[in-house]
Amino acid sequence: MSWHFFPPLPAAKMTVEIQIQQQDFDYAHEYQLLRGDSPDAGAIVCFSGLVRDLNLGSQVEKLVLEHYPGMTESVLQNLLEQARQRWDIKRAKIIHRVGELTLGEQIVFVGIASAHRKDAFAACQFLMDLLKTQAPFWKKEVSDQGQTWLDQRESDLDQEDAWEK
Amino acid sequence: MITILYFARLREQLGLEREQFELGQATTVAAIKSELCQRGDLWQQSLTADNILVAINQQLSQNEDQVQAGDELAFFPPVTGG
Repeated sequence: MSWHFFPPLPAAKMTVEIQIQQQDFDYAHEYQLLRGDSPDAGAIVCFSGLVRDLNLGSQVEKLVLEHYPGMTESVLQNLLEQARQRWDIKRAKIIHRVGELTLGEQIVFVGIASAHRKDAFAACQFLMDLLKTQAPFWKKEVSDQGQTWLDQRESDLDQEDAWEK
Repeated sequence: MITILYFARLREQLGLEREQFELGQATTVAAIKSELCQRGDLWQQSLTADNILVAINQQLSQNEDQVQAGDELAFFPPVTGG
C-alpha cells in the first residue's frame, strides 16, 4: 500500500511516500528517487535497518513482522507531518517490510531530501526513533531458543523522549 | 456492534484475530475490557497486563475513552518495529 501526500500550502511543498510491503526494496533506486527532478535538495540522508544475527544472546534465524494495516500508515503520515513542521524537507520516503525476513535482509528504509544536511540528518533520525515507538509493527524472533515476540526496549523509549525537548 | 482486533502476542495468546462484539451496557474501553475478562483466566491475564495498548478507530486511546457502535477497537502489546 502506498500513497502520495501533498500538503495544501505551496510554501510547504514536500513529496512524501509511505510503503508497507512484503517485498524487498532497492536502496540505490530509492536514493535516486529522493534526488528528484529539481536541484532543490542539497542533502540526502538515508537509513536502512537490517535483520541482525545476534539479539540478546540468541542466534536469530529469522523475523516475522506483523502490522496493523491502516493505523500504521496514519501513524507514519502523522510523524512525517510533525517532521515537516520542524525541518525543511523536500522529499521523504518510508518503506517498512512485513512478513518473514531472514538474516541480513532489509527491514526498513527512511530517506530524507532537504536543502541542508542538518535538517536531513535530524528528520531522518526523528522519523526512525518515533517509528520504533509509535508505529504499530511487531517483531517475532525465530532463533535457536524458539519463537519469541520481542519486547519494547527502554533505550528506544528514551530516544523518543529526547525529541520532546 | 463493534469490531475488535487483536495483534501479535495477544492474538496468539487468545487464538483470535478479530471478532464482532455487541456493546450492550459497555460504552467505554474499560467496560468492554472487563466484559471480555469474564471469558476466563486467559482473557483476564492477557488483557489486564499493564502494557496492553488500545486504539479506537486506529487512534491510540485510553481505558476511559468512549466507544460507539460501528467503531473499530484494537488491543495490542507495545510496538517493536523498525
